[in-house]
Amino acid sequence: MPSEIVNKYFRTNKLPQIWCPGCGHGIITRAITVAIDKLGLDRDKICIVSGIGCSSRAPGYMDFDTLHTTHGRALAFATGIKMANPELKVIVITGDGDATAIGGNHLIHACRRNIDITTIIYNNNIYGMTGGQYSPTTPKFDKGTTVPYGNVDKAFDIPALAIAAGATYVGRSTAYHTQLLISLIENGIKNEGFSLIEAISVCPTYYGRKNKKGSAVEMLEWQKEHAVNIAAASKMTPESLDGKFLIGEFKNSPEPEYTREYQKIIDRLKKE
Amino acid sequence: MNINETVTDKLVVNENWCKGCGICVKFCPKNVLKIENEKVKIVDIDKCIQCGLCELRCPDYAIYVRGK
Repeated sequence: MPSEIVNKYFRTNKLPQIWCPGCGHGIITRAITVAIDKLGLDRDKICIVSGIGCSSRAPGYMDFDTLHTTHGRALAFATGIKMANPELKVIVITGDGDATAIGGNHLIHACRRNIDITTIIYNNNIYGMTGGQYSPTTPKFDKGTTVPYGNVDKAFDIPALAIAAGATYVGRSTAYHTQLLISLIENGIKNEGFSLIEAISVCPTYYGRKNKKGSAVEMLEWQKEHAVNIAAASKMTPESLDGKFLIGEFKNSPEPEYTREYQKIIDRLKKE
Repeated sequence: MNINETVTDKLVVNENWCKGCGICVKFCPKNVLKIENEKVKIVDIDKCIQCGLCELRCPDYAIYVRGK
């Protein structure tokens, strides 16, 4: 008999899931269901949409109305769902490659529109499913099967990208910082507008092995030691932040939501 | 599939779902767990304080705190 939360929100007949031993994706997926449970949402009013990749397998295990779509296009499908049924809570699960490479254009325009969709990007810094090719979030000089001598591209800072593009709620956490991740997802869902939460995962099989990062446990310990909450970072010296990365709530400033603004135009034209 | 579950008053372990990654073992503050034959095992249940850190970070939903 699985735990109460797993029994309630997962398709338990599909478990155990397909992800590798120690993959952080399972931790993040459970965190999403905990956030939904804490909010007490009506599950029939939730639709979870994903693209392609390791991350995008998640909705297959989640007992909601779910949609597994094409590579990079989860946000395009989700936009259609939200426009047709604005009362739905639409949650997108996507990966670093799916969201910022193949679907990069959909991502920035969904941010810009401020459509009420909560997007959780499972960032494992690599394309895991297809064999470890480097992605837009593979850190500079790190290795992948397509960059065997090191990557010369600069990595995307996903929250900075989302803020610049106009998302109204933006946060970042890690698989290790699970409680923070749950609260960011909760607040992201509560925000009526486009919310983006970057969830830094661990990929011991490809990213970890290619870059000698050790086991899943060692990769989670690295997250524990190198993440600094943005609230604490403001009181720290630049030297002490060297080599660290920020987690926490980066932006929370609601603005008019897209489907509501659209409805206003319909209502106005009906009166004229 | 046979259900291979260890049920105690404090913790439940599902060996069928466990992939032996060792995350629960490492982040358990009371050293209650160990990995044996690539599966999680309870070493000393008396030490368990039911903090739930194993359940929080188990990627495979193979361990959870009971009665909370």
